[in-house]
Amino acid sequence: MPIETIIFYAFSSVLVLSALAVITVRNPVYAALFLVLCFFTSAAIWLLLEVEFLAIVLVLVYVGAVMVLFLFVVMMLDINVEPLKEGFARYLPVGLLVALAMLVEMLAVLGIKRFGPESFPAPPPHPAGYSNTRELGELLYTEYVYPFEIAAVILLVAIIAAIALTLRRRPETRYQDPGRQVQVRKEDRLRVVSMEAEKR
Amino acid sequence: MDELIYLAWTVTKILAITVPLILGVAMFVYAERKVIGFMHARMGPNRVGPLGLFQTFADVFKLLMKEVILPSNANRFLFLLAPLLALAPAFAAWAVIPFDAKLVLADVNAGLLYVLAMTSLGVYGVIIAGWASNSKYAFLGAMRSAAQIVSYEIAMGFALVGVLIAAGSLNLVEIVEAQRGPGGILSWFWLPLLPLFLIYFISGVAETNRAPFDVAEGESEIVAGFHVEYSGAPFAIFFLAEYANMILIAALTTTLFAGGWLSPIPGIPDGAPWFFVKLFFFCFFYLWFRATFPRYRYDQIMRLGWKVFIPITIVWLLVVALFVVKQWLWWAP
Repeated sequence: MPIETIIFYAFSSVLVLSALAVITVRNPVYAALFLVLCFFTSAAIWLLLEVEFLAIVLVLVYVGAVMVLFLFVVMMLDINVEPLKEGFARYLPVGLLVALAMLVEMLAVLGIKRFGPESFPAPPPHPAGYSNTRELGELLYTEYVYPFEIAAVILLVAIIAAIALTLRRRPETRYQDPGRQVQVRKEDRLRVVSMEAEKR
Repeated sequence: MDELIYLAWTVTKILAITVPLILGVAMFVYAERKVIGFMHARMGPNRVGPLGLFQTFADVFKLLMKEVILPSNANRFLFLLAPLLALAPAFAAWAVIPFDAKLVLADVNAGLLYVLAMTSLGVYGVIIAGWASNSKYAFLGAMRSAAQIVSYEIAMGFALVGVLIAAGSLNLVEIVEAQRGPGGILSWFWLPLLPLFLIYFISGVAETNRAPFDVAEGESEIVAGFHVEYSGAPFAIFFLAEYANMILIAALTTTLFAGGWLSPIPGIPDGAPWFFVKLFFFCFFYLWFRATFPRYRYDQIMRLGWKVFIPITIVWLLVVALFVVKQWLWWAP
């Protein structure tokens, strides 16, 4: 067995197990940490496909930024887990039905007939000088420049909307004006008084 | 069989980087106490060994002998895992640092991205330590630290994008080679990317939670921040991670903005010694900052990161892009 196959199976078993752990562990902080492990192992699997840009960006964006905020929120909320588990038996049939429907749909599209190893032979390995980052950049900024720009604008709108939603003027809180703080001079605050020494 | 030999050889190379790094951290701690001592007009450590050189080793042995205290109701597993999560990224990022044109462990294409990803992982150790300690001071320190790291990472990332545009590559060896020019020291990226260089280094100080941005520890407000509850060996590992991160930021600044192994005057041979000279130079700044500046207030840190650094980096990115598009590469040959 070539070493790539061994690595692939090792990482994919870690991935599947940690994905299972995300939805089964009781402690929400553990669940978030298992999700981090999921992202990390999938990045490692992507590296096997020689897509180093996507793999590292997955770690950078999801593990380095998104999950940090996620973990933050989970730690701040004191989630009581018990009420969340109450309806398990009641929702089980519906959940199973949805899962089954999704499985059938996925099999119909991604079944072994269309996506089996016969129809998709392993891609030839790239030469040593190949840079996945450069290829992606060229494609994104030439051929797909409009979709890329539109996605960027949509993200910008989402950022502004998120800020606008949380921006509330609260007159009772005191604000600091750094500009005025910097402009303060000694004369404004301090008065030097010269006075006679007191007699004992 | 070939793969086994390759694996053994790689492990040897990894040890050849990490063992000197750990010794370097020990000497750096000693240097910090000595340098700050001289800046305060006192002697610094001078009892253990000649000139106090073995002080750090004595401290490490003391820490390793101490009991590891677990706070009541602390999450035992995460409490002990957190120091390792802080240490691992600090060491892993060294894999792509080129000491010389040939002397690099992993000469990967996306080296710059890898470095950025690894430095962004260090925050996990801090957050988990703060949460698992079951202590409000530790948690407050962890929250401050996480907010600070996440904010300054943006400015740092933009500064790196500037380097990427100027060098036209993500590979650290190629970035250093792109700084080779007739001007020697004047051809390095610190001059054309001066605002990005300053912002990168200052953000690096903030990212490593060092003075004057060390609100995550803030002794006067929250005791010692995220590592209040740590003692003995886990505390020593946090200490090691912090100093390894400082040396890493200095090494990255050297590689990205100060020409790596290139010599400052054209004609003098290049080589790894130059890299270490520059590394020591930037490391010294950390000590100098600590002895000079009072600690920033928390809201001032956030304001500096978001309202000053990020806009400046965005403007300078446009300037650099203009340089490159118009081919006004006055720093290049």
